Amino acid sequence: MATRVGIEVSIAIADAVKLANPDVVAAYPITPQTHIVEHLAELVANGELDAEYIPVESEHSAMSACLGSAAAGARTFTATASQGLALMNEVVYVASPMRLPIVMAVANRALSSPLSIWCDHSDMMSVRDTGWIQIVAENGQQCVDNIICAFRIGEDNRVLLPVMVHMDGFNLTHVIEPIEFPEQSEVDKFLPPNNYPLPLNPDKPVAMGDFAPPVIFTETKWAQEVNIQNSKKVILEIWDKYNKAFGRQYYPIEKHHSDGAKVVLMTMGAVGETASVAIDEMRAGGQDVGQLRLRLWRPFPFEELREAIKDTDVLIVLDRAISFGGPGGPVASEIKAALYDQPKKPRIVSFVGGLGGRDITVAGFKDIVNKGMEIARTGSKNEYEIHGVRE
Amino acid sequence: MEKYAVYVPRLIKKKENFAPGHRACIGCGEALAVRMAFKALDNNVIVVNATGCMEIVASQLPFTSWHLPWIHTLFENAAAVASGIEAGYKAMKRKGIAVPENTKVVAIGGDGATSDIGLQAISGALERGHDFTYICFDNEAYMNTGIQRSSATPFGAATTTSPAGKQSFGQFSWKKNMPEIAAAHNIPYVATATHGYPFDLMAKVRKAVDTPGPAYIHILSVCPTGWRSATDTVNRQSRLAVQTGMFPLFEVDNGVYKMSINLPRLRPIRDYLKIQGRFRHLSDDIIDQIQERVELEYQKLLEKANVTKRAKSKSKKGAAKASAR
Repeated sequence: MATRVGIEVSIAIADAVKLANPDVVAAYPITPQTHIVEHLAELVANGELDAEYIPVESEHSAMSACLGSAAAGARTFTATASQGLALMNEVVYVASPMRLPIVMAVANRALSSPLSIWCDHSDMMSVRDTGWIQIVAENGQQCVDNIICAFRIGEDNRVLLPVMVHMDGFNLTHVIEPIEFPEQSEVDKFLPPNNYPLPLNPDKPVAMGDFAPPVIFTETKWAQEVNIQNSKKVILEIWDKYNKAFGRQYYPIEKHHSDGAKVVLMTMGAVGETASVAIDEMRAGGQDVGQLRLRLWRPFPFEELREAIKDTDVLIVLDRAISFGGPGGPVASEIKAALYDQPKKPRIVSFVGGLGGRDITVAGFKDIVNKGMEIARTGSKNEYEIHGVRE
Repeated sequence: MEKYAVYVPRLIKKKENFAPGHRACIGCGEALAVRMAFKALDNNVIVVNATGCMEIVASQLPFTSWHLPWIHTLFENAAAVASGIEAGYKAMKRKGIAVPENTKVVAIGGDGATSDIGLQAISGALERGHDFTYICFDNEAYMNTGIQRSSATPFGAATTTSPAGKQSFGQFSWKKNMPEIAAAHNIPYVATATHGYPFDLMAKVRKAVDTPGPAYIHILSVCPTGWRSATDTVNRQSRLAVQTGMFPLFEVDNGVYKMSINLPRLRPIRDYLKIQGRFRHLSDDIIDQIQERVELEYQKLLEKANVTKRAKSKSKKGAAKASAR
C-alpha cells in the first residue's frame, strides 16, 4: 500500500530519487536545490541508498560527471537551479545528442543580475533549446511521480534522452505537502533496470563524442530532432503506465474547466494552483473562464495544445520569464507560433509576472484575466503586459 | 647499456591502442607520446579525451584511431567525466550490475585543457580521490587553435598571442608548474615524462594506472608546428629539454620525490632554445634570465629529491653524444 505523508517537497524529491535507485548522484549545492541533494547525501551516508555520491566542485563538473556516469551505463541523477544551470549550460547541450539518459531536478530560480534566490523561469528558458525533455511539476506529488517517470522515459531505448523535471524554487521545493509515496516493490516493477545499449566498456569498445565535419553534422542534428519528436509518444505511454500502476494520470496539457470556456488562462509551474482558485471563484461569479496548465515544455505538445484551445476565443498566457527585447514571455511566443497557421485561433494575450519570487495572488490572477479580456476587446500597443510592476 | 637498448623494446607488446591513420601533423611529438602511453597499457582502459589536437586528429565521424573505449565531451571537463565513469563503475560493481573487472579510467588533455581551462575540474577530481589517471600532453601552447599562448608556454616563447615585437620578447610569464600543483593535492603518484625517453614514459604510465587512487602524469610533447622546429628533431628536442633542465624528469611517489635521471650537469639552455624558431628572437639578456631560473628550479627539485651527489660525468663529449642519439 502506498503511504501518504506530510513532507517537505525537496525531501520528497530525494526520496523519489531513492525509490528509483540511482547508481551515481553528482551535485553541487545551490539554493533552492540544496535540500534535495543534502537529503540524498544523507540517504547515502546512512546506507539507505546504495549510490556513489560525487560532491563535485562546480555545476559544470556535476553535469560532466553525469555524462561520464551515464556513458558508463550507470543510472544517474543530479539537481541544480539558476546560476548552476547557467554554469553547466554547455554540458547540458552535450548530454542530449550523446543520448545520455541523465535525470536532473531543476528548482527553478531567477538568473542574476540582480541576484535573486527566488523563483522564476528564466533558468529553464535558458536551456529550452538544449534537446532535453523538460517536464514541469505543479505540486509535490507531481514532482515525486515525474522523477520516477523521468528515469523510465529517459532510459527507454526508444528515447535515450536526458530529462529535466522542473519544480518552482521555494514556492514548491520548500513547502510541506501531503504526498503519496509508492512502495519500493511497485517502483521496482514499474522501473526496469537501466539497460544502456552501448556503454563505455573495454569488452566492446565504442567511440563517443567524435567531431562531425559539415558533411555529417546536419544528419546528426536531424537524428536528434526526430528522436525528441518521437519521444512524446513514449512519454504519453509511460504516463499511462504510471496511471495504471499508481492511479495518477499525467497529460502534456492539463485542463481545468477549459473545454467550452471562451476565456482560458494558461500557466506553467506552481502558480497554476493559485490560478485555479481564481478561475474557480470567477466561474462561481458567472464568468465563462477556464484554465490550462502546461506540463510538458519539451517536446512541445503542439497537437494537445491545438485540441485544448479549439473552443477558446481569448487565451491569456502567464510567463515567469522575459525574452528581453523580444516578444515578451517565452511560453506565449511558443503558443502564438504553434497556433499561427490554424484556421481558427484565439486572440492571445501575453502577461509576464512572478519574476524573482514575486507572488501572484488569487486577486492578481483575477486582474490578469480581466485585463486580458479587455485587451482582447480593445487591443494594446504593447507586445506583452507586465503584471504588478511599479513604474 | 647498449644490450638493453636492443633488448628492452622487445619487452613491449606489438599491439597498438592508438592506431595509425590519424590526422596529426608530420613529426607530431604528442601523437608519439599518446601512442607510447597507451602501448604501455592493456585494453582494460576507458579513455576520456579533452577537446584539443589529439581529439581532433583521432576522431572524425565515422572514424576513430582508438582501439579502446573512448569518450570526448568538452574542453575543460575530462577529469570530471572521468570521475563520473569511475564512480559509475564502482557503484555498478558494488550493486552486482555486470561490468568488466579491473577497468581503468585514463583522462587525457593538452596543456590548455589541463593548466588553464580544466584546472578546476582536475583539482576537484584529484582532491576527491577518484581512482583514475590524468595525463597532460603538454605541447606548451594552444596548438589546435593556432599556437596561442597558455599558462604552460615557456617564458620568452613567441606564440600568436604572445608574439615577439618591439615592445615584447614573447611569453611574459613563467611556465605554470602543473606537476607541483598536482603533487600539492597529496595524491599517490605524480610524474613527468617525455617521448624522447620512451621506456621511462611507458613505465610511469603503467605505474600511474596501477596505482590505486588518483595519479597525474605530465608529458612534454614536442610540437614542431608550434615550436617552429624541424620535424626530424622532435625526440632530440625532447631529450634536450630534459638535459638542459628545462623539463626535469621526476616522480613523486606517495610524497617522495625521485629524480628519474641523475644528470652530472645541466647542458646550457641555449642548446635547446637555438633549434626552435619560437625562441629565435631572444636576446642574451633574456636567455641568461631563463638560464638562471632553470638552474634555480632544478636545484629546488634536487633538494626535494634529496640528491646530494650528482652523477659523475664520463666526458663532455659523451653527454653530447647521448643527447644526439
